[in-house]
Amino acid sequence: MERTWSKGGPAADLLIKGGRVVDPEAGLDTVQDVLVTKGKVAKMGKDLKPGKSTRVVDARDMLVLPGFVDLHVHLRTPGREDEEDIATGSRAAAAGGYVAIFAMANTDPVVDTATILKGLAETARAEAAIPVGFFAAVTRGLAGEQLTEMGELGAAGAVGFSDDGRPLATAALTRRALQYVKVSGRFVAIHAQDDSLFKGGQMHEGPVSARLGLTGIPSLCESLDVSRTLDIAAYEDAAVHFCHVSTAASLAAIARAKAAGVRVTAEVTPHHLTLNDRAIAALDPNFKMNPPLRSESDRTALVAALKSGLLDCVATDHAPHASEEKDVPFEEAPFGCIGLETAFSVLYADLVESKALDLGTLVTRMSTAPARIAGLPAPSVSPGAVANLCVVDPKAKWTVSAAGLRSRSCNSPWLGHELTARVKLTLAAGRVAWEDLA
Amino acid sequence: MPKRDLISIEDLSKADVELILDTAESFLPVLERDIKKVPTLRGRTIINLFWEASTRTSSSFDLAAKRLSADTLALKASGSAVEKGETLKDTAITLSAYSPDIIVMRHPSAGACQTLSANTQASVINAGDGKHQHPTQCLLDLFSMRQNLGRDLAGLRVFIIGDILHSRVARSDIMGFQMLGMEVTLVAPPTLMPRGIEEMGVKVEHDLANLKDADVIYLLRIQKERIKAGANFLPSLREYSALYGISQARLRPGQRVMHPGPINRGVEIASDIADDDENLIAHQVFSGLAVRMAILYRTIVGYSDGAASGEVA
Repeated sequence: MERTWSKGGPAADLLIKGGRVVDPEAGLDTVQDVLVTKGKVAKMGKDLKPGKSTRVVDARDMLVLPGFVDLHVHLRTPGREDEEDIATGSRAAAAGGYVAIFAMANTDPVVDTATILKGLAETARAEAAIPVGFFAAVTRGLAGEQLTEMGELGAAGAVGFSDDGRPLATAALTRRALQYVKVSGRFVAIHAQDDSLFKGGQMHEGPVSARLGLTGIPSLCESLDVSRTLDIAAYEDAAVHFCHVSTAASLAAIARAKAAGVRVTAEVTPHHLTLNDRAIAALDPNFKMNPPLRSESDRTALVAALKSGLLDCVATDHAPHASEEKDVPFEEAPFGCIGLETAFSVLYADLVESKALDLGTLVTRMSTAPARIAGLPAPSVSPGAVANLCVVDPKAKWTVSAAGLRSRSCNSPWLGHELTARVKLTLAAGRVAWEDLA
Repeated sequence: MPKRDLISIEDLSKADVELILDTAESFLPVLERDIKKVPTLRGRTIINLFWEASTRTSSSFDLAAKRLSADTLALKASGSAVEKGETLKDTAITLSAYSPDIIVMRHPSAGACQTLSANTQASVINAGDGKHQHPTQCLLDLFSMRQNLGRDLAGLRVFIIGDILHSRVARSDIMGFQMLGMEVTLVAPPTLMPRGIEEMGVKVEHDLANLKDADVIYLLRIQKERIKAGANFLPSLREYSALYGISQARLRPGQRVMHPGPINRGVEIASDIADDDENLIAHQVFSGLAVRMAILYRTIVGYSDGAASGEVA
């Protein structure tokens, strides 16, 4: 059953020569050539010869990796196509090395009926540069009152269900959602947040918010909801996925639940892994997100949890906002930042180069693990597999700029910063989805 | 010369602060003359943007600019394009067409001064932004302290008492008082004390047991909103007054009381203190004018030279 859709195109015929192929699932980390024929990995080895019409890509000193999968993006379609749409968002994803992305349901209208979902699938089939799938809402209109028709939405191809952007406000609603989602065979993705503790919050509560005079969002606000939801999941023997985990206290609750056998998975964003609340000192609205950038001790706990697998995967929570919405005082700005085009670069530089994480683990957390949660075959660079891979120049320097981003929005905390490592080629579903080759 | 903003008290070095205070002192004789005006900033344009209610700050900035012979323009949110939905960025661009030298702004949101500054060539002076900063209040507080307690403020012990959580004055004052070597203790019920504020190098207390150690007692206004149903910052003003209100009975001789105003008699401050000549509250208002003249002057002329009274008066 289809869970992603993309526009067609010619199947790739390419010989990727001399790259370092890193595919932890296949146990691979060697320099070799990869021959892609008719969109599939046909052959791998040393000194492969191209066919007459086969294009050769010089990948010396580059990385050849399984393509990434993002369980958490906002494509703003329908309703806010001025900020992003399926064409621009999927192109940004391709430029970031992604081969599949899943959009959240908090659009206008909300994705809460099979009709809307099928319409989005049609649009993706016409516009999407890489396979795009969709979450459906847990509750109609994200109003937190009435469950959506999860059976029909699952049959229409919803990857899962989420009211992301808002929490499920009560234990009773969380319980019903975790019970009823079983009719769809899918999972619920939780935006964990106790609204009574969130009220008016602007940034992480701690010494930095105290100094800046911004209303704090305590770490308790997230971990309380995580703990409560895990208790419900255990009681109902239900699977649950946590969006954008940001605090050490949430990790402790997830660790206890995993040890007790609860079926829980969790994601973490590149910004929570690489930035902390001190980045907010200049009150730049591009650093305002929800959950907020947390303390340095939370950040290091997240990195350790990503390494150990307590956090299963990286997800960007790519959240485009129009410049007129972000170019306002910090306290008036909406939450969220974009992340698809910068994710691998910042994680590679900040975690892999600094030896906090090995490359293979990062690839697993960005590719294999999220694919499994989504119910997709894991991208793999191995003979016979559909070409879902990316080629990265790990030394390339590039500066994040509004004009240089494929996303329609530019609300990135790295705007104006020079980053290291750049995706040069992305093959998604056997087609060239992105190339930036000299 | 690149433009110089004053958004946070941290935008100033200790030397900058002392220069502003010296400059303010040099303006005092001007304010005592029959003709209370100097031509120093003639031909300069200063815009006052007050998106939030203000009496002391807006009137003293306006008068300060006029005393220095600058052209002034005062705008409020009500009756302006803000009511028609104009963004701060567009207001900044619009006003910049008049080539102002300085825009003074009060705004309910932290970060507003950064937005303004990014969209104008004028220097931005923060007259209070959300709960973030109020640097000119801090400077006038320092001036009042220096005029009344001696030029060297190092070692003085200041207790700031009240709603620290919601106070931009407290945040600027903590930084400014520490910059001049004072020791700061904060006193508030736990509900009005920001978590993690200790990292600013202050002592945090929840009662007045150590009040005798204070040289200066700086009181903050308790707003009635804090006792609104559902807010639960305080059970009642009566209890606040009983636990934290300052009256003569709680003071020892020599302790001086300050307050940024407006005061709440019978809540954070008893009338016997409010009406006592020993407090510095009226002097703080008086200082506002000279200090804001000094800030406007330094923002335009610069902080580098030692230009003193001879030049400005």
